[in-house]
Amino acid sequence: MKRLQTLLWPLVTAAIVLTVWQLAVTATDTQIFPSPVGVEKAVAQLFRKGLLLRYVGDSLFRVGTGYLVAISLGIPLGIVLGYYPDAGDAVSPLIQILRPISPLAWIPLSVVWFGVGNLAAIFLISLASFFPVVVSTMNAVRNVPHIFLRAGCNFGLSPIAVLTRVVFPAALPQILIGLRISLGIAWLVVVAAEMIAVDSGLGYLIIDSRNAGKRYDLVVAGMLLIGLIGLGLDTGMRRLNYLKSMRWGISQ
Amino acid sequence: MAEIALPWKVTNTRTRLKIEHLSMSFRDNGRAVDVLDDVSLDVGEGEFVCILGPSGCGKSTLLNIVGGFIPPTKGRVSIDGETVRGPDPRRIFVFQERGVFPWLDVEDNIGFGLSRLSRQEKSRRIDYYVRLVGLSGFEHAYPQELSGGMKQRLEVARALAVNPDMLFLDEPFGALDSITRLVMRGELLRIWEAERKTILFVTHDIEESVQLADRVVVMSTRPAEIRRIVEIDIPHPRDISSRRYLQLRDSIFEEIGLAHKV
Repeated sequence: MKRLQTLLWPLVTAAIVLTVWQLAVTATDTQIFPSPVGVEKAVAQLFRKGLLLRYVGDSLFRVGTGYLVAISLGIPLGIVLGYYPDAGDAVSPLIQILRPISPLAWIPLSVVWFGVGNLAAIFLISLASFFPVVVSTMNAVRNVPHIFLRAGCNFGLSPIAVLTRVVFPAALPQILIGLRISLGIAWLVVVAAEMIAVDSGLGYLIIDSRNAGKRYDLVVAGMLLIGLIGLGLDTGMRRLNYLKSMRWGISQ
Repeated sequence: MAEIALPWKVTNTRTRLKIEHLSMSFRDNGRAVDVLDDVSLDVGEGEFVCILGPSGCGKSTLLNIVGGFIPPTKGRVSIDGETVRGPDPRRIFVFQERGVFPWLDVEDNIGFGLSRLSRQEKSRRIDYYVRLVGLSGFEHAYPQELSGGMKQRLEVARALAVNPDMLFLDEPFGALDSITRLVMRGELLRIWEAERKTILFVTHDIEESVQLADRVVVMSTRPAEIRRIVEIDIPHPRDISSRRYLQLRDSIFEEIGLAHKV
């Protein structure tokens, strides 16, 4: 019942927006913006051709791979930089310089390095989510209360065990917030990555539909699919925060 | 006097902890700030010693040096003749209840220092200490589901589970409300009587020190030195309206220079 109530208003809002959108397109008879019904037909067409699942799967694969590479390098690096403040201070300026560079700016280099294909796209996604992972992990570790570290040392833990049994779990709730943000960024970059480097995926769908016949119904379909999947990913990440051993981090 | 034969008199047991001519100064903006000045103290096996002093006097620093967390500027701390060079699981430092690990439930907190034991021995000890500190039924609760007093007991249980020789408690009940604090003092004494650990207990609460300790070490303001050591020769449970209790309490009030009138 409670679940139904939390879903009710978002659904009502969506219904209103879709209705207004449909009416506006019908009333103006525009050719440069598709109606919701048109988009729905386009999605159904994609599905029949077997492209829908393939494109979604390809995009998720690239984001998944790129993101996994980013977190498997970024979390350990962030922990080390956070745990050894001198190292963190030494590397921070470099990260701060690289971080504001849009992943789009890396496109020429990534194509030269990895060619036109999956690798270049994965590299761009990885790069875009790597820096936020490093920075948020580093800050999370720096914020671990000193008394937890002392307690760990007091119980005779080795330096490695202090990292794995105290620092990491203590920082995890805050690390997870960083992971959630960077997954969002990785998903955001998939469009740009697929526009340049590959011939499948939702980003490719958008650019290809425009180039081959100005199919704006397919363009908008691609956009909405990206939005919906993004929502799903974010909801999934947020779920992690509600695990029992993690929930303490929310109120603090 | 007959008091030598009484069970709470423990000062003539074997000395375990020796603090010798300990001095400590910090550098603060290039200026040296003296925190401890030539502190010497012997603590016997199984003794309960309170270190009493005003806030900021350096008594916590003293406990941190004894615990091995900071090296002293001058002097030496030794346990069983061995100089203290760092923290050690044989001596566990208990913070205010904030020290429990919020990502572990009660069982895993108590078992934190027991990873070297066999599975059976570990769960046997966890069971035992869950019961000793009165947390039965909360084995799988996380710290945020516990009250302040329960968290404090959990932290004591985590410390006791590794079977240390000594416990260092740094104003452990400072964050609790006054009723819980009274209950916790009783609990700590009960646990101490069951386990007979050597306890060094830092507090700024005169009543607390007289209720708990075998000896109260009264510190001066900064730089802290020992003004006087008061032996509390009243058996537990202590009657806190007895003449002897009031006499000892008032002598400490006087020592610190406070008239006990509000």
